Amino acid sequence: MAERSLLLDVRNLHVQFRVYEGISRVLDGVSLQVREGERVGLVGETGCGKTVAMKAAMGILKSPPAQFPTGEVFLAGKDVLKMSPTEILAMKGKIIAMIFQDPLSSLNPVFTVGQQIVDVIRYGRRRAGDGRRPARATLRRTAVEALESVRLPDPERMLKMYPLELSGGMRQRALIAMALVNRPRLLVADEPGTALDVTIQAQILELLKGLAREAQIAILMITHDLGVVREIAERVYIMYAGQIAETGRAKAILDAPEHPYTRGLVASVPRLTGEVLAEGIPGTVPDYTEAPPGCRFHPRCDHRMDVCEKRKPLPVETAAGRHVACYLYGGETHA
Amino acid sequence: MMPSDQHAPRKREDARWAAFRDRLGRGWYKFSRNRISLIGGAMVLFFVFLASFAHFVTPYPHHAGAYTDFMNAFKPPSAAHWFGTDSLGADVLTRIIFGSQISFMLAGVVLGISVPFGVFLGLLAGYIGGKTETIIMRITDIFLSLPALVMALAICAAFTPSIDKAMLAVASIWWTWHCRLVHGITRSIKTEEFVQASRVLGASHLRIIFRDILPNCASPIIVKITLDAGFVILVGAGLSFLGLGAQPPAEDLGTMISIGSKYLPERWWMTVFPSLAIFLIILGFNLLGDGLRDALAVEEGV
Amino acid sequence: MHDPILGVENLRKHFPLHSGLLNRVLGHVKAVDDVTFEVHPGEIFGLVGESGSGKSTVAKTIVHLYGATSGTIQLKGRDVSQLDRQTAKWFRREIQMVFQDPKSSLNPRRNVTSTLEDPLIIYGLAKSRREREAIVRNLLEQVEMSSRYMYKYPSALSGGQRQRVAIARALAVNPSFLVLDEPTSALDVSVQAKLIGLFVRLREELGLSYLFITHNLSLVRTIAARAAVMYVGKIYELGPVEQLFRRPFHPYTRTLIAAAPVVSQAEEGVKPRKMSRGGEIPSPVTPPSGCAFHPRCSVAQARCAEELPPIVEAAPGHLVRCWRAEELASPREGVGRSLDPEVRRAERATLEGHDTESGPP
Repeated sequence: MAERSLLLDVRNLHVQFRVYEGISRVLDGVSLQVREGERVGLVGETGCGKTVAMKAAMGILKSPPAQFPTGEVFLAGKDVLKMSPTEILAMKGKIIAMIFQDPLSSLNPVFTVGQQIVDVIRYGRRRAGDGRRPARATLRRTAVEALESVRLPDPERMLKMYPLELSGGMRQRALIAMALVNRPRLLVADEPGTALDVTIQAQILELLKGLAREAQIAILMITHDLGVVREIAERVYIMYAGQIAETGRAKAILDAPEHPYTRGLVASVPRLTGEVLAEGIPGTVPDYTEAPPGCRFHPRCDHRMDVCEKRKPLPVETAAGRHVACYLYGGETHA
Repeated sequence: MMPSDQHAPRKREDARWAAFRDRLGRGWYKFSRNRISLIGGAMVLFFVFLASFAHFVTPYPHHAGAYTDFMNAFKPPSAAHWFGTDSLGADVLTRIIFGSQISFMLAGVVLGISVPFGVFLGLLAGYIGGKTETIIMRITDIFLSLPALVMALAICAAFTPSIDKAMLAVASIWWTWHCRLVHGITRSIKTEEFVQASRVLGASHLRIIFRDILPNCASPIIVKITLDAGFVILVGAGLSFLGLGAQPPAEDLGTMISIGSKYLPERWWMTVFPSLAIFLIILGFNLLGDGLRDALAVEEGV
Repeated sequence: MHDPILGVENLRKHFPLHSGLLNRVLGHVKAVDDVTFEVHPGEIFGLVGESGSGKSTVAKTIVHLYGATSGTIQLKGRDVSQLDRQTAKWFRREIQMVFQDPKSSLNPRRNVTSTLEDPLIIYGLAKSRREREAIVRNLLEQVEMSSRYMYKYPSALSGGQRQRVAIARALAVNPSFLVLDEPTSALDVSVQAKLIGLFVRLREELGLSYLFITHNLSLVRTIAARAAVMYVGKIYELGPVEQLFRRPFHPYTRTLIAAAPVVSQAEEGVKPRKMSRGGEIPSPVTPPSGCAFHPRCSVAQARCAEELPPIVEAAPGHLVRCWRAEELASPREGVGRSLDPEVRRAERATLEGHDTESGPP
């Protein structure tokens, strides 16, 4: 298989914040990559830092209060952390677009769907340097096409509707249409199905998969739902307390997790077949202002060793394309 | 068993105290991060301090009240009289500080009357809903549609002008803001799950209002009171300026400006300094109120 | 067969829709429209559905947060459809509720002890402050929380901890029945697993019965003994969970199970085939005629749009509301599909509604 080019490259990112209790070290050396046309999942529970990582990747992490002691983020080859706000703005919609969890709060209730899509189209053209004012008819046509591409019924009529008149599933589709209309290369989806019903979420996930295939758009799906990840992601990163625990093909990891955290997590998911494999993971998420040194999972880990506390494990390749950051699988220690 | 029993109550008290101190610490942290609100707080504290200890702080405390010394009148600012003297010969600085006493008292009384009244009506309207809500809120709307100053003017003018009538006048319209504020909050809190949980537990309505709803209104009310203080003082000064509020010799800042304005522009100090005083007092309250809003909002936030 | 601890019969809750200056009533949201079910003592009964199904409204109507429009509710044999003062006092101590959203289920202005003391004070369950504190400590222990948290405020607690406090609050009055409205839906998977373990233990220790509402099918499968599937205000299928999952009758139930995200290949294998053509979930203001699922149902017939199917007992203890229920269900559906190509062809034909009336083998 030809190696697809790297679209998003996060390298050893550290992010911290100043808070009442001290310094909160949210991200501790996060590295992840998304290639063209790939569907990648970033999985982690609340507070693991996945939203911070994503915002940093998009260049929208406000810098104070965030501080970036080390690490780099490359988007389509450009260093995001060193970009000026104008440059970052130019990227939005063209290279990277985003959809959020709650479609209702992402859409402006006082404008029609049509007006909002047209806004996005116009804005995209302007930033592309296309100075001419596009004709209304062209804009309208592009908007209708966008709505068709997300399989919304009766797109012409939908242009005139207000977000509150649409159901949750339709809103999410409209949002996806808006995100994709300027043909970004990477779509970041932050828990897109959480606010939706199960049957509607299934439809949206199918839609995203189809769109990714047809238009060769890469998708970075951020979620805590392992079932969703299995549905839609080809590769997945498992994140815990600001560190990447494990990465590899989604189905492989879910079927045979290697990192103790992933194992605990997968075992905690109730099964449609009725078994309960584990009652959660003992312990709690660490306090980022007093994060344990080394592997941040070690206080909760049944297999911990002395070295786990001292130095953070580097990822070890246990199979093709599969890496685990855990001393159980060998590995050099952090220099 | 005895020794450990003795420790138990103390440990509980410690835990409670520790939790309280933690909340206080956090609130202070958020508040103090904003320089501006610290300045506002300092200003308010300073002015309140001056007003409270006027007798000890002013250079010429005997100049307050009915004092005349025509030999000394209309002296410009000098080392002896930092802000000069007024038409009766009294030290302007002293009279400003004593005048601010009246302004603060006005704010205190007005808010002391209107806030409980407004909060009570707002809670009632928001919680009971239905016809009660409609009636209360329509009355509130009517009051709100009348310009505050004009209303106060009308009420004051109907009686012999004095500071008490001014206070009553302002209070009679000020409650509406708090009523509306609390009404809105009550309506939204009513639907929160913890209120529903209280209902399922079988809590009485009174209990829900006072233990679930009111504490959640506390922060916005405190912020509003702080911001209001400045405005009430302004309205009061406005009334006094028009001759309807504080009357000489117990002048407040507005009255001083009114009297002083007759002597502009030559004897500017009689107008400028009282105006500056009002400006700074109101500014202080505004800055403090903004800062409190941030501090209190975050403290209770998720 | 014991008498049910909770019985709901023909329950309806309609919300009027007002509009206009004169607040005219435009129509009704038929949130709950003729729901009947029972919970047996010591049982966990699951109520499953998507938005607009009415499952939350059923819960809130049962605990009298809403007054039922019609129908009866029975708790421990007593009629509690209307609550007078006497019955209310008893009712509130027998049945309690745990809500969904940890962010708003606790009063942000009250610390844990204050929240947990409330029920104690209301019902005079303790004689002094010291006794109250002792009971609060016990409650926290029951929900596996250290007494360290006694004076903390909700903002200092995690979602899972807040839910534990909410559970403790419900347990303070010593109820025999708990209504759990999506108590873990807002929590992470590992936290959810812990809380579910707690629920199961509490049920055993305290002899409780639960009405467990959720949209998570896997959760229902693991925790409930029997469950009902709701859609737009009505129950369309009800039965023991193994039956429900291994041999679902109603096309909506099958679609729902088929759409559930799963983490393993084994689970993919037991999923029934969905019977939906896509489409949106209808609003309870304007529910479709007849069987509410018919616009989305891939095997619907003319009759489905005209008449609401009655509830039939398609298998022992397994009720379903569908004109085509028995024709469609194959005994092998769900467990693993038959390897016999003849059988599979026949199954597919029935599913797609062909005229080859070869029934399931």
